[in-house]
Amino acid sequence: MTTAPLPAGAPHPAPAPWSPSRTLATAARVLRQLRHDPRTIALMLVVPCVMIALLRYVFDARPQTFDGIGASLLGIFPMITMFLVTSIATLRERTSGTLERLLAMPLGKADLISGYALAFGLLAVLQSALATGLSVWVLGLDVIGSPWLLLLVAVLDALLGTALGLFVSAFAASEFQAVQFMPAVLMPQLLLCGLFTPRDTMQPALRALSDVLPMSYAVDGMNEVLRHPDLTDAFVRDAAVVTGCALLVLALGAATLRRRTA
Amino acid sequence: MMNYDGDPAVHARDLTAVRGGRTVLDALRFDVPRGRVTGLLGPSGCGKSTLLRAIVGTQAKVTGTLDVLGRPAGDPRLRPRIGYVTQDPSVYDDLTVRQNLDYFAAVLHPGRAARALRRDRVTRAVEDVDLTRHADALAGRLSGGQRSRVSLAVALLGAPELLVLDEPTVGLDPVLRRDLWTLFHTLAADRGTTLLVSSHVMDEAERCHRLLLMREGRILADGAPDALRERTGTATVEAAFLHLVDDAAATGRTPEAARTSLEESAR
Repeated sequence: MTTAPLPAGAPHPAPAPWSPSRTLATAARVLRQLRHDPRTIALMLVVPCVMIALLRYVFDARPQTFDGIGASLLGIFPMITMFLVTSIATLRERTSGTLERLLAMPLGKADLISGYALAFGLLAVLQSALATGLSVWVLGLDVIGSPWLLLLVAVLDALLGTALGLFVSAFAASEFQAVQFMPAVLMPQLLLCGLFTPRDTMQPALRALSDVLPMSYAVDGMNEVLRHPDLTDAFVRDAAVVTGCALLVLALGAATLRRRTA
Repeated sequence: MMNYDGDPAVHARDLTAVRGGRTVLDALRFDVPRGRVTGLLGPSGCGKSTLLRAIVGTQAKVTGTLDVLGRPAGDPRLRPRIGYVTQDPSVYDDLTVRQNLDYFAAVLHPGRAARALRRDRVTRAVEDVDLTRHADALAGRLSGGQRSRVSLAVALLGAPELLVLDEPTVGLDPVLRRDLWTLFHTLAADRGTTLLVSSHVMDEAERCHRLLLMREGRILADGAPDALRERTGTATVEAAFLHLVDDAAATGRTPEAARTSLEESAR
Protein backbone atom coordinates (compact mmCIF):
# COMPACT_ATOMS: atom_id res chain seq x y z
CA MET A 1 0.00 0.00 0.00
CA THR A 2 1.43 3.35 -0.91
CA THR A 3 1.13 6.36 1.31
CA ALA A 4 -0.94 9.28 0.11
CA PRO A 5 0.24 12.79 0.97
CA LEU A 6 -1.57 13.87 4.13
CA PRO A 7 -3.40 17.17 4.01
CA ALA A 8 -1.89 19.73 6.34
CA GLY A 9 -3.54 20.01 9.75
CA ALA A 10 -5.45 16.74 9.32
CA PRO A 11 -8.85 17.13 11.03
CA HIS A 12 -9.14 13.43 11.80
CA PRO A 13 -6.94 12.40 14.71
CA ALA A 14 -6.02 8.75 15.14
CA PRO A 15 -8.12 7.09 17.84
CA ALA A 16 -6.35 6.53 21.16
CA PRO A 17 -4.98 2.99 21.60
CA TRP A 18 -6.75 2.71 24.96
CA SER A 19 -9.70 4.68 26.23
CA PRO A 20 -11.31 4.21 29.65
CA SER A 21 -14.78 5.09 28.31
CA ARG A 22 -14.57 2.54 25.52
CA THR A 23 -13.31 -0.08 27.98
CA LEU A 24 -16.19 0.62 30.37
CA ALA A 25 -18.68 0.56 27.50
CA THR A 26 -17.30 -2.81 26.40
CA ALA A 27 -17.46 -4.24 29.93
CA ALA A 28 -21.04 -2.97 30.32
CA ARG A 29 -21.96 -4.53 26.99
CA VAL A 30 -20.52 -7.93 27.96
CA LEU A 31 -22.39 -7.86 31.28
CA ARG A 32 -25.59 -6.80 29.51
CA GLN A 33 -25.24 -9.79 27.17
CA LEU A 34 -24.87 -12.05 30.19
CA ARG A 35 -27.92 -10.51 31.81
CA HIS A 36 -30.00 -11.80 28.94
CA ASP A 37 -28.68 -15.26 29.82
CA PRO A 38 -29.53 -15.73 33.51
CA ARG A 39 -28.95 -19.47 33.35
CA THR A 40 -25.27 -19.00 32.57
CA ILE A 41 -24.88 -16.58 35.47
CA ALA A 42 -26.64 -19.01 37.80
CA LEU A 43 -24.42 -21.88 36.67
CA MET A 44 -21.27 -19.81 37.07
CA LEU A 45 -22.19 -18.80 40.60
CA VAL A 46 -23.82 -21.96 41.89
CA VAL A 47 -21.71 -24.78 40.45
CA PRO A 48 -18.48 -23.91 42.34
CA CYS A 49 -20.44 -23.64 45.59
CA VAL A 50 -22.07 -27.03 45.02
CA MET A 51 -18.69 -28.61 44.22
CA ILE A 52 -17.08 -27.23 47.36
CA ALA A 53 -20.03 -28.39 49.47
CA LEU A 54 -19.83 -31.81 47.84
CA LEU A 55 -16.13 -32.02 48.62
CA ARG A 56 -16.74 -31.09 52.24
CA TYR A 57 -18.98 -34.12 52.71
CA VAL A 58 -16.84 -36.46 50.61
CA PHE A 59 -14.09 -35.83 53.17
CA ASP A 60 -16.57 -35.83 56.04
CA ALA A 61 -14.34 -37.99 58.22
CA ARG A 62 -11.12 -36.07 57.38
CA PRO A 63 -11.62 -32.31 57.80
CA GLN A 64 -7.84 -31.68 57.34
CA THR A 65 -7.99 -33.10 53.84
CA PHE A 66 -10.92 -30.82 53.07
CA ASP A 67 -8.91 -27.84 54.33
CA GLY A 68 -6.05 -28.54 51.92
CA ILE A 69 -8.04 -29.48 48.84
CA GLY A 70 -10.84 -27.00 49.50
CA ALA A 71 -8.49 -24.03 49.63
CA SER A 72 -6.75 -25.14 46.43
CA LEU A 73 -10.07 -25.59 44.67
CA LEU A 74 -11.15 -22.09 45.65
CA GLY A 75 -8.29 -20.96 43.45
CA ILE A 76 -8.90 -23.44 40.66
CA PHE A 77 -12.66 -23.04 40.12
CA PRO A 78 -12.61 -19.40 39.08
CA MET A 79 -9.80 -20.16 36.66
CA ILE A 80 -11.73 -23.00 34.98
CA THR A 81 -15.04 -21.13 34.79
CA MET A 82 -13.52 -17.94 33.46
CA PHE A 83 -11.44 -19.89 30.96
CA LEU A 84 -14.53 -21.54 29.53
CA VAL A 85 -16.72 -18.46 29.52
CA THR A 86 -14.08 -16.23 27.98
CA SER A 87 -12.97 -18.65 25.30
CA ILE A 88 -16.54 -19.22 24.13
CA ALA A 89 -17.48 -15.54 24.37
CA THR A 90 -14.48 -14.39 22.33
CA LEU A 91 -14.96 -17.20 19.84
CA ARG A 92 -18.54 -16.05 19.34
CA GLU A 93 -17.29 -12.52 18.88
CA ARG A 94 -14.96 -13.81 16.16
CA THR A 95 -17.48 -16.01 14.35
CA SER A 96 -20.41 -13.57 14.50
CA GLY A 97 -18.42 -10.91 12.63
CA THR A 98 -18.76 -8.44 15.49
CA LEU A 99 -15.02 -8.64 16.14
CA GLU A 100 -14.24 -7.68 12.55
CA ARG A 101 -16.75 -4.86 12.80
CA LEU A 102 -15.28 -3.59 16.08
CA LEU A 103 -11.74 -3.71 14.74
CA ALA A 104 -12.87 -1.72 11.70
CA MET A 105 -14.19 0.89 14.15
CA PRO A 106 -12.12 3.18 16.33
CA LEU A 107 -11.81 0.60 19.12
CA GLY A 108 -8.38 -0.21 20.53
CA LYS A 109 -7.51 -3.87 21.04
CA ALA A 110 -6.63 -2.95 24.61
CA ASP A 111 -10.16 -1.54 25.02
CA LEU A 112 -11.68 -4.83 23.97
CA ILE A 113 -9.39 -7.01 26.08
CA SER A 114 -9.59 -4.89 29.19
CA GLY A 115 -13.36 -4.59 28.75
CA TYR A 116 -13.66 -8.37 28.74
CA ALA A 117 -11.22 -8.73 31.63
CA LEU A 118 -13.16 -6.16 33.65
CA ALA A 119 -16.58 -7.70 33.03
CA PHE A 120 -15.51 -11.26 33.74
CA GLY A 121 -13.29 -10.04 36.59
CA LEU A 122 -16.38 -8.59 38.30
CA LEU A 123 -18.20 -11.87 37.86
CA ALA A 124 -15.16 -13.68 39.23
CA VAL A 125 -15.20 -11.49 42.34
CA LEU A 126 -18.84 -12.43 42.88
CA GLN A 127 -18.21 -16.11 42.25
CA SER A 128 -15.14 -16.24 44.48
CA ALA A 129 -16.84 -14.29 47.25
CA LEU A 130 -19.72 -16.75 47.28
CA ALA A 131 -17.50 -19.83 47.23
CA THR A 132 -15.03 -18.45 49.76
CA GLY A 133 -17.77 -17.24 52.11
CA LEU A 134 -19.57 -20.56 51.91
CA SER A 135 -16.37 -22.52 52.57
CA VAL A 136 -15.16 -20.43 55.50
CA TRP A 137 -18.39 -19.65 57.31
CA VAL A 138 -20.71 -22.52 56.46
CA LEU A 139 -18.55 -25.51 55.61
CA GLY A 140 -15.96 -24.79 58.27
CA LEU A 141 -12.88 -24.48 56.06
CA ASP A 142 -10.09 -23.87 58.55
CA VAL A 143 -8.08 -20.91 57.27
CA ILE A 144 -5.35 -19.44 59.48
CA GLY A 145 -4.76 -16.38 57.27
CA SER A 146 -7.25 -13.76 56.14
CA PRO A 147 -10.17 -14.88 53.95
CA TRP A 148 -9.64 -11.60 52.03
CA LEU A 149 -6.31 -12.94 50.82
CA LEU A 150 -8.07 -16.11 49.66
CA LEU A 151 -10.45 -13.89 47.72
CA LEU A 152 -7.56 -11.91 46.26
CA VAL A 153 -5.87 -15.06 44.94
CA ALA A 154 -9.18 -16.33 43.61
CA VAL A 155 -9.69 -13.10 41.66
CA LEU A 156 -6.16 -13.20 40.27
CA ASP A 157 -6.77 -16.82 39.23
CA ALA A 158 -9.97 -15.76 37.50
CA LEU A 159 -8.04 -13.10 35.63
CA LEU A 160 -5.54 -15.74 34.56
CA GLY A 161 -8.39 -17.96 33.40
CA THR A 162 -9.84 -15.05 31.40
CA ALA A 163 -6.47 -14.38 29.83
CA LEU A 164 -5.90 -18.04 28.90
CA GLY A 165 -9.40 -18.34 27.47
CA LEU A 166 -8.94 -15.23 25.36
CA PHE A 167 -5.62 -16.46 24.06
CA VAL A 168 -6.81 -19.97 23.28
CA SER A 169 -9.94 -18.79 21.47
CA ALA A 170 -7.70 -17.50 18.69
CA PHE A 171 -6.73 -21.10 17.92
CA ALA A 172 -10.21 -22.58 18.05
CA ALA A 173 -12.28 -22.59 14.88
CA SER A 174 -15.45 -23.82 16.56
CA GLU A 175 -17.13 -24.13 19.95
CA PHE A 176 -16.24 -27.83 19.92
CA GLN A 177 -12.56 -27.05 19.68
CA ALA A 178 -12.80 -24.28 22.26
CA VAL A 179 -14.30 -26.66 24.81
CA GLN A 180 -11.62 -29.26 24.07
CA PHE A 181 -8.94 -26.71 24.86
CA MET A 182 -10.14 -26.77 28.45
CA PRO A 183 -8.78 -30.25 29.23
CA ALA A 184 -5.78 -29.61 26.99
CA VAL A 185 -4.71 -26.41 28.73
CA LEU A 186 -6.05 -26.86 32.25
CA MET A 187 -5.89 -30.61 32.98
CA PRO A 188 -2.07 -30.86 32.92
CA GLN A 189 -1.90 -27.88 35.23
CA LEU A 190 -4.50 -29.45 37.48
CA LEU A 191 -2.48 -32.69 37.72
CA LEU A 192 0.80 -30.89 38.35
CA CYS A 193 -0.30 -28.03 40.57
CA GLY A 194 0.11 -29.93 43.84
CA LEU A 195 -3.57 -30.65 44.38
CA PHE A 196 -3.13 -34.43 44.35
CA THR A 197 0.32 -34.73 45.78
CA PRO A 198 2.90 -32.20 47.04
CA ARG A 199 4.90 -30.85 44.12
CA ASP A 200 8.31 -31.69 45.66
CA THR A 201 7.46 -35.39 45.72
CA MET A 202 6.90 -35.54 41.95
CA GLN A 203 9.30 -37.03 39.44
CA PRO A 204 11.97 -34.30 38.94
CA ALA A 205 11.07 -33.54 35.32
CA LEU A 206 7.41 -33.10 36.25
CA ARG A 207 8.43 -31.06 39.25
CA ALA A 208 10.33 -28.72 36.95
CA LEU A 209 7.36 -28.56 34.60
CA SER A 210 5.02 -27.72 37.47
CA ASP A 211 7.40 -24.88 38.37
CA VAL A 212 6.64 -23.10 35.09
CA LEU A 213 2.87 -23.62 35.08
CA PRO A 214 0.93 -20.71 36.57
CA MET A 215 -1.72 -22.80 38.33
CA SER A 216 0.97 -24.21 40.66
CA TYR A 217 1.50 -20.72 42.04
CA ALA A 218 -2.24 -20.18 42.42
CA VAL A 219 -2.47 -23.30 44.57
CA ASP A 220 0.73 -22.48 46.50
CA GLY A 221 -0.67 -19.03 47.25
CA MET A 222 -3.89 -20.51 48.58
CA ASN A 223 -1.93 -22.88 50.81
CA GLU A 224 0.16 -20.00 52.17
CA VAL A 225 -3.02 -18.25 53.31
CA LEU A 226 -4.31 -21.51 54.73
CA ARG A 227 -1.24 -22.09 56.93
CA HIS A 228 0.10 -18.65 57.87
CA PRO A 229 -1.62 -15.93 59.87
CA ASP A 230 -0.04 -13.05 57.99
CA LEU A 231 1.26 -12.06 54.59
CA THR A 232 4.32 -14.19 53.77
CA ASP A 233 7.01 -13.51 51.18
CA ALA A 234 6.07 -16.73 49.46
CA PHE A 235 2.48 -15.51 49.17
CA VAL A 236 3.56 -12.22 47.63
CA ARG A 237 5.75 -14.10 45.15
CA ASP A 238 2.92 -16.48 44.23
CA ALA A 239 0.43 -13.66 43.75
CA ALA A 240 2.96 -11.73 41.65
CA VAL A 241 3.65 -14.77 39.43
CA VAL A 242 -0.06 -15.36 38.82
CA THR A 243 -0.64 -11.67 38.04
CA GLY A 244 2.41 -11.52 35.79
CA CYS A 245 1.30 -14.61 33.88
CA ALA A 246 -2.20 -13.20 33.47
CA LEU A 247 -0.89 -9.91 32.08
CA LEU A 248 1.56 -11.70 29.78
CA VAL A 249 -1.14 -13.97 28.37
CA LEU A 250 -3.51 -10.99 27.99
CA ALA A 251 -0.85 -9.25 25.93
CA LEU A 252 -0.42 -12.41 23.83
CA GLY A 253 -4.20 -12.53 23.46
CA ALA A 254 -4.19 -8.94 22.18
CA ALA A 255 -1.60 -9.95 19.62
CA THR A 256 -3.97 -12.63 18.26
CA LEU A 257 -6.60 -9.98 17.45
CA ARG A 258 -5.78 -8.98 13.91
CA ARG A 259 -7.39 -6.08 12.17
CA ARG A 260 -6.42 -7.48 8.81
CA THR A 261 -7.29 -11.10 8.12
CA ALA A 262 -7.00 -13.27 5.03
CA MET B 1 -10.95 5.82 -16.76
CA MET B 2 -13.01 8.96 -16.31
CA ASN B 3 -12.11 12.05 -14.39
CA TYR B 4 -14.32 13.32 -11.59
CA ASP B 5 -14.59 16.60 -9.83
CA GLY B 6 -12.44 16.61 -6.73
CA ASP B 7 -10.73 13.62 -5.13
CA PRO B 8 -12.47 10.32 -5.57
CA ALA B 9 -13.63 8.61 -2.37
CA VAL B 10 -11.76 5.46 -3.37
CA HIS B 11 -8.80 5.44 -5.71
CA ALA B 12 -7.31 2.08 -6.73
CA ARG B 13 -4.38 1.40 -9.02
CA ASP B 14 -2.89 -2.02 -9.62
CA LEU B 15 -4.77 -3.31 -6.60
CA THR B 16 -4.07 -6.99 -6.02
CA ALA B 17 -5.11 -9.30 -3.19
CA VAL B 18 -4.06 -12.88 -2.54
CA ARG B 19 -6.09 -15.32 -0.46
CA GLY B 20 -4.84 -18.81 0.24
CA GLY B 21 -2.29 -18.59 -2.61
CA ARG B 22 -4.98 -17.56 -5.11
CA THR B 23 -5.11 -14.12 -6.68
CA VAL B 24 -8.58 -12.89 -5.77
CA LEU B 25 -8.17 -9.31 -6.97
CA ASP B 26 -6.06 -8.96 -10.07
CA ALA B 27 -4.46 -5.54 -10.67
CA LEU B 28 -7.68 -3.54 -10.28
CA ARG B 29 -7.81 0.06 -11.43
CA PHE B 30 -10.88 2.16 -10.63
CA ASP B 31 -12.22 5.20 -8.80
CA VAL B 32 -15.36 5.64 -6.72
CA PRO B 33 -16.76 9.20 -6.94
CA ARG B 34 -17.81 11.03 -3.79
CA GLY B 35 -21.42 11.58 -2.83
CA ARG B 36 -22.81 9.02 -5.28
CA VAL B 37 -24.19 5.50 -5.06
CA THR B 38 -21.75 3.15 -6.74
CA GLY B 39 -22.78 -0.45 -7.33
CA LEU B 40 -20.24 -3.27 -7.27
CA LEU B 41 -21.90 -5.95 -9.33
CA GLY B 42 -20.74 -9.41 -10.13
CA PRO B 43 -21.49 -13.08 -9.54
CA SER B 44 -20.88 -14.74 -6.16
CA GLY B 45 -17.24 -15.51 -5.58
CA CYS B 46 -15.89 -12.91 -8.01
CA GLY B 47 -14.01 -11.06 -5.27
CA LYS B 48 -16.56 -8.38 -4.31
CA SER B 49 -16.31 -9.01 -0.57
CA THR B 50 -12.52 -9.13 -0.69
CA LEU B 51 -12.46 -5.79 -2.50
CA LEU B 52 -14.80 -4.23 0.06
CA ARG B 53 -12.71 -5.66 2.91
CA ALA B 54 -9.58 -4.20 1.31
CA ILE B 55 -11.24 -0.78 1.17
CA VAL B 56 -12.33 -1.00 4.79
CA GLY B 57 -8.83 -2.16 5.74
CA THR B 58 -9.59 -5.60 7.13
CA GLN B 59 -8.16 -7.64 4.25
CA ALA B 60 -4.62 -8.98 4.61
CA LYS B 61 -2.14 -9.38 1.74
CA VAL B 62 -3.25 -6.44 -0.39
CA THR B 63 -0.71 -4.78 -2.69
CA GLY B 64 -0.83 -1.82 -5.05
CA THR B 65 -2.34 1.60 -4.45
CA LEU B 66 -5.60 1.92 -2.57
CA ASP B 67 -6.49 5.33 -1.21
CA VAL B 68 -9.71 5.87 0.69
CA LEU B 69 -10.91 9.39 1.49
CA GLY B 70 -7.42 10.65 0.74
CA ARG B 71 -5.54 8.20 2.96
CA PRO B 72 -4.12 4.72 2.42
CA ALA B 73 -6.76 2.06 3.19
CA GLY B 74 -6.51 0.75 6.73
CA ASP B 75 -5.20 4.03 8.19
CA PRO B 76 -6.48 4.19 11.80
CA ARG B 77 -7.77 7.71 11.18
CA LEU B 78 -10.19 6.33 8.60
CA ARG B 79 -11.98 4.07 11.06
CA PRO B 80 -14.44 6.68 12.38
CA ARG B 81 -15.15 7.89 8.83
CA ILE B 82 -16.16 4.59 7.21
CA GLY B 83 -19.29 2.58 7.90
CA TYR B 84 -19.02 -1.08 6.94
CA VAL B 85 -21.80 -3.65 6.79
CA THR B 86 -20.68 -7.24 6.32
CA GLN B 87 -22.69 -9.72 4.30
CA ASP B 88 -23.89 -11.59 7.39
CA PRO B 89 -25.37 -9.24 9.97
CA SER B 90 -22.71 -8.62 12.61
CA VAL B 91 -24.62 -7.67 15.72
CA TYR B 92 -24.98 -9.19 19.17
CA ASP B 93 -27.95 -11.55 19.10
CA ASP B 94 -28.25 -11.50 22.90
CA LEU B 95 -28.72 -7.73 23.08
CA THR B 96 -31.74 -5.69 22.06
CA VAL B 97 -31.58 -3.49 18.97
CA ARG B 98 -31.12 -0.40 21.11
CA GLN B 99 -28.47 -2.01 23.33
CA ASN B 100 -26.53 -3.00 20.22
CA LEU B 101 -26.65 0.54 18.90
CA ASP B 102 -25.85 2.06 22.31
CA TYR B 103 -22.68 0.01 22.51
CA PHE B 104 -21.42 0.74 19.01
CA ALA B 105 -22.31 4.42 19.51
CA ALA B 106 -20.19 4.41 22.67
CA VAL B 107 -17.28 3.00 20.67
CA LEU B 108 -17.66 5.76 18.07
CA HIS B 109 -18.38 8.64 20.46
CA PRO B 110 -17.01 7.68 23.88
CA GLY B 111 -17.35 9.68 27.05
CA ARG B 112 -20.02 11.40 29.09
CA ALA B 113 -19.84 14.59 27.05
CA ALA B 114 -21.10 12.77 23.95
CA ARG B 115 -24.13 11.28 25.69
CA ALA B 116 -26.70 13.55 24.01
CA LEU B 117 -25.05 13.07 20.62
CA ARG B 118 -25.16 9.29 21.10
CA ARG B 119 -28.82 9.35 21.98
CA ASP B 120 -29.66 11.39 18.87
CA ARG B 121 -27.56 9.20 16.61
CA VAL B 122 -29.11 6.00 17.94
CA THR B 123 -32.64 7.35 17.54
CA ARG B 124 -31.91 8.55 14.02
CA ALA B 125 -30.27 5.27 12.98
CA VAL B 126 -33.24 3.25 14.26
CA GLU B 127 -35.58 5.51 12.31
CA ASP B 128 -33.42 5.37 9.19
CA VAL B 129 -33.80 1.60 8.98
CA ASP B 130 -37.41 1.68 10.14
CA LEU B 131 -36.97 -0.47 13.25
CA THR B 132 -38.43 1.89 15.85
CA ARG B 133 -41.15 -0.60 16.70
CA HIS B 134 -38.56 -3.31 17.33
CA ALA B 135 -36.01 -1.22 19.20
CA ASP B 136 -36.45 -3.20 22.41
CA ALA B 137 -36.53 -6.66 20.84
CA LEU B 138 -33.52 -8.97 21.10
CA ALA B 139 -31.61 -8.93 17.81
CA GLY B 140 -31.56 -12.74 17.81
CA ARG B 141 -35.36 -12.86 17.82
CA LEU B 142 -35.69 -10.69 14.70
CA SER B 143 -36.12 -11.98 11.15
CA GLY B 144 -33.10 -12.17 8.86
CA GLY B 145 -34.04 -8.98 7.05
CA GLN B 146 -34.56 -7.11 10.31
CA ARG B 147 -31.21 -8.28 11.65
CA SER B 148 -29.42 -7.06 8.55
CA ARG B 149 -31.13 -3.70 9.02
CA VAL B 150 -29.81 -3.57 12.60
CA SER B 151 -26.38 -4.20 11.13
CA LEU B 152 -26.94 -1.34 8.69
CA ALA B 153 -28.13 0.94 11.49
CA VAL B 154 -24.84 0.32 13.31
CA ALA B 155 -22.94 1.49 10.23
CA LEU B 156 -25.05 4.66 10.04
CA LEU B 157 -24.32 5.64 13.66
CA GLY B 158 -21.09 7.47 12.99
CA ALA B 159 -22.55 9.49 10.10
CA PRO B 160 -19.78 8.03 7.94
CA GLU B 161 -18.48 9.78 4.84
CA LEU B 162 -18.13 6.44 3.10
CA LEU B 163 -20.61 3.62 3.57
CA VAL B 164 -19.46 0.20 2.37
CA LEU B 165 -22.31 -2.30 2.13
CA ASP B 166 -21.76 -5.95 1.26
CA GLU B 167 -24.94 -7.36 -0.31
CA PRO B 168 -27.29 -5.39 1.94
CA THR B 169 -30.48 -6.37 0.15
CA VAL B 170 -30.03 -10.15 -0.12
CA GLY B 171 -33.12 -12.02 1.01
CA LEU B 172 -35.25 -8.93 1.56
CA ASP B 173 -38.77 -8.62 0.23
CA PRO B 174 -39.25 -6.21 -2.72
CA VAL B 175 -40.86 -3.47 -0.64
CA LEU B 176 -38.03 -3.48 1.85
CA ARG B 177 -35.49 -3.52 -0.94
CA ARG B 178 -37.08 -0.49 -2.54
CA ASP B 179 -37.13 1.31 0.84
CA LEU B 180 -33.46 0.57 1.41
CA TRP B 181 -32.48 1.87 -2.00
CA THR B 182 -34.50 5.01 -1.29
CA LEU B 183 -32.56 5.35 1.97
CA PHE B 184 -29.24 4.92 0.12
CA HIS B 185 -30.15 7.70 -2.29
CA THR B 186 -31.32 9.95 0.54
CA LEU B 187 -27.99 9.40 2.31
CA ALA B 188 -26.09 10.36 -0.82
CA ALA B 189 -28.28 13.35 -1.68
CA ASP B 190 -28.95 14.83 1.78
CA ARG B 191 -25.91 13.82 3.82
CA GLY B 192 -23.37 13.73 1.00
CA THR B 193 -22.46 10.15 1.88
CA THR B 194 -20.52 8.07 -0.63
CA LEU B 195 -22.05 4.62 -0.94
CA LEU B 196 -20.39 1.54 -2.32
CA VAL B 197 -22.96 -1.25 -2.50
CA SER B 198 -22.21 -4.76 -3.69
CA SER B 199 -24.79 -7.09 -5.14
CA HIS B 200 -24.96 -10.18 -7.28
CA VAL B 201 -28.48 -9.28 -8.42
CA MET B 202 -28.07 -7.42 -11.67
CA ASP B 203 -31.40 -5.61 -11.58
CA GLU B 204 -30.16 -3.65 -8.57
CA ALA B 205 -27.58 -2.12 -10.89
CA GLU B 206 -30.23 0.09 -12.45
CA ARG B 207 -30.61 1.88 -9.13
CA CYS B 208 -26.98 2.99 -8.94
CA HIS B 209 -25.41 6.19 -10.21
CA ARG B 210 -22.32 4.31 -11.25
CA LEU B 211 -21.35 0.71 -11.66
CA LEU B 212 -18.29 -1.41 -11.29
CA LEU B 213 -18.88 -4.74 -13.00
CA MET B 214 -16.65 -7.45 -11.68
CA ARG B 215 -15.88 -10.98 -12.71
CA GLU B 216 -13.18 -13.42 -11.59
CA GLY B 217 -11.21 -10.80 -9.72
CA ARG B 218 -11.19 -8.23 -12.50
CA ILE B 219 -13.21 -5.12 -13.29
CA LEU B 220 -15.06 -5.73 -16.55
CA ALA B 221 -16.51 -2.26 -16.87
CA ASP B 222 -16.86 0.98 -14.97
CA GLY B 223 -19.43 3.66 -15.72
CA ALA B 224 -23.01 4.84 -15.42
CA PRO B 225 -25.71 2.21 -16.16
CA ASP B 226 -26.92 4.17 -19.21
CA ALA B 227 -23.45 4.49 -20.64
CA LEU B 228 -22.84 0.76 -20.18
CA ARG B 229 -26.04 -0.18 -21.95
CA GLU B 230 -25.29 2.25 -24.74
CA ARG B 231 -21.73 1.08 -25.21
CA THR B 232 -22.76 -2.57 -25.44
CA GLY B 233 -25.98 -1.91 -27.34
CA THR B 234 -28.06 -3.81 -24.80
CA ALA B 235 -31.31 -3.12 -22.98
CA THR B 236 -30.35 -4.08 -19.44
CA VAL B 237 -27.23 -4.06 -17.31
CA GLU B 238 -27.51 -7.83 -17.08
CA ALA B 239 -27.32 -8.10 -20.86
CA ALA B 240 -24.46 -5.61 -20.89
CA PHE B 241 -22.63 -7.73 -18.34
CA LEU B 242 -23.09 -10.88 -20.41
CA HIS B 243 -21.99 -9.04 -23.51
CA LEU B 244 -18.81 -7.93 -21.79
CA VAL B 245 -18.13 -11.42 -20.45
CA ASP B 246 -18.51 -12.80 -23.94
CA ASP B 247 -16.30 -10.12 -25.41
CA ALA B 248 -13.61 -11.18 -23.01
CA ALA B 249 -14.21 -14.82 -23.85
CA ALA B 250 -14.21 -14.15 -27.59
CA THR B 251 -10.56 -13.24 -27.34
CA GLY B 252 -10.20 -17.01 -27.27
CA ARG B 253 -10.79 -18.82 -24.07
CA THR B 254 -13.54 -21.42 -24.39
CA PRO B 255 -15.77 -22.35 -27.32
CA GLU B 256 -18.54 -22.71 -24.75
CA ALA B 257 -18.40 -19.01 -23.96
CA ALA B 258 -18.23 -18.06 -27.63
CA ARG B 259 -21.43 -19.99 -28.34
CA THR B 260 -23.22 -18.17 -25.52
CA SER B 261 -22.01 -14.98 -27.10
CA LEU B 262 -23.73 -15.82 -30.40
CA GLU B 263 -26.97 -16.73 -28.69
CA GLU B 264 -26.79 -13.55 -26.71
CA SER B 265 -26.29 -11.29 -29.72
CA ALA B 266 -29.13 -13.09 -31.54
CA ARG B 267 -31.54 -12.04 -28.79
